[in-house]
Amino acid sequence: MKLAIVQFKPRKGEVETNLAALGDVFAQLAAEEKPYDLIVFPEAALTGYFLEGAVYELAFSTNTLAERLARLWRERAPVKRLKPVDVAIGFYENDGGTYHNSAMYLHVTPERHEVIHVHRKMFLPTYGVFDEERFLSRGRRLQAFDTRFGRMALLICEDMWHALMPTIAAIKGARALIVPSASPGRGIEGRDGELESIRYWHELLHATAVEHGVFIFYAGLAGFEGGKGMTGSSRAVDPRGATLAEAPALGAFIIRAEIDFGEVDLARASLPLLGDLGAVLPDLLLDDELLPSLAHERRP
Amino acid sequence: MSVATLPIIDAAPSVPSLAIDCALTAEWLEAFLRDELIERRGVKSAVVGLSGGVDSAVTAFLCARALGPEHLWTIRMPYRTSSAGSLSDAQLVIDALGCRARTIDISGAVDGYLQHEPEADPRRRGNIMARTRMIVLFDQSSKLDALPIGTGNKTERLLGYFTWHADDSPPVNPLGDLFKTQVWALARYLGVPPSIVDKAPSADLEADQTDEGDLGITYAKADAILSLMLLGYDDVRTAARGFTPEEVRLVRRRVDGTHWKRHLPTTAMLSNTAINEFYLRPVDY
Repeated sequence: MKLAIVQFKPRKGEVETNLAALGDVFAQLAAEEKPYDLIVFPEAALTGYFLEGAVYELAFSTNTLAERLARLWRERAPVKRLKPVDVAIGFYENDGGTYHNSAMYLHVTPERHEVIHVHRKMFLPTYGVFDEERFLSRGRRLQAFDTRFGRMALLICEDMWHALMPTIAAIKGARALIVPSASPGRGIEGRDGELESIRYWHELLHATAVEHGVFIFYAGLAGFEGGKGMTGSSRAVDPRGATLAEAPALGAFIIRAEIDFGEVDLARASLPLLGDLGAVLPDLLLDDELLPSLAHERRP
Repeated sequence: MSVATLPIIDAAPSVPSLAIDCALTAEWLEAFLRDELIERRGVKSAVVGLSGGVDSAVTAFLCARALGPEHLWTIRMPYRTSSAGSLSDAQLVIDALGCRARTIDISGAVDGYLQHEPEADPRRRGNIMARTRMIVLFDQSSKLDALPIGTGNKTERLLGYFTWHADDSPPVNPLGDLFKTQVWALARYLGVPPSIVDKAPSADLEADQTDEGDLGITYAKADAILSLMLLGYDDVRTAARGFTPEEVRLVRRRVDGTHWKRHLPTTAMLSNTAINEFYLRPVDY
């Protein structure tokens, strides 16, 4: 599978300008001799991340966005190179008046397109600089889905910060986690010459890939939004935790990678943690102390 | 028989650090300035008021690196009582950067008003000077098709040690999330002339005035206390890390007494569409 992770730098709220820029990316990628199979974009790629109330003006219905992207691909790819392609992209979704921070996995052919999956962000950060749940509703379900390259899952930004989420995705059969993200950079102490927030993402992606033997395709939004710098740092991580490519924090880039999903089997054979988890997890989840400890009436 | 003893490894205390990676910080702030000015606003040039102090010097160095010295306009705005040292220190910055420079004496403008208020005390006079300097900076920016860049640091913002709607008014500020001691570190990294970094910071409104004298605490202590306070440490836990209760109280009182200075004016809310209460749009929308 030939993969592109596009570290996109949108102009705030300028959807048509951003769609045109996304079309330029399509044209650039389609110009290569060997066609791309999957193109991944960040969270809130077409609008920018911090929208506050403007999210209600800028959110798409899934079908409208899918139609626009499919048309854009057909318009911008040269006719002789118009091959099927899959696109994963983060966007603000308007579901009939309920708004979500979503990501879709879209399959486009010269003749038709199909929305394979839409994931609605479940963990909406609403603390400090973040204000998502003031404006958005959270997703209720984490699903893995089949693609022509194998089973995958979409996790949006903070979804990835909770170990249970990639764990459940992997148990549901995901062999690759697609992670559209928008991470405002902070922490200038500079261990390893990186912002603290970027370093944490690195550790998280590495540890998750190793634990579950999954590929991770992390697409980070780039550019400053009202003083808050989005830390790009897009990367492809293999099922042994090795970083295959990494983009800088600042600016727009495209990561190109050849992905062999056979690596997942080999990684899991040599480090069978996912298999171990499958055996033990029922005991952990069926523990009769677990749910009462989460209940409202929990006693000290 | 001797008892074997195992080597003990002492853990470092869990203390928030004020240390910064200067190269990383400078690169980040330069990208911030380019994005905010050139990409977002289509403005190529910056106007910085040079006081001779370290904050405006660091701001000028960052702007010169981000935009090129030919796109940096530095303005010195002395009042007739300003020290000669402030002017000459600002000149060191201009010489080091090779940027554009102009000196505009604000004595006439300030005294034009003060002749009607001859009894104004030093605090009022300082505020009038600060607000007059902003009139100059904004007008020069308009004339030069440039943007005024703020120089306020996190320490003075938290302590309220600035003139409201004056020092804090430029639309873009690279240093506002850096404590004063961090600005000093960044200044040394950027090559700001040592005489500027090493001198006692002063608003230069009166002879022999220093910030630390005005505030009643050193910046080193104030920054350490502020950094703990902002992370949620209460006064007792803060003091336990090497400060007197009086020092902690002084800092807390200044912060708690100046929250209003870090906000827009208080507006009476009357509707479901009150601006910034219900009608919420980000600054870059």
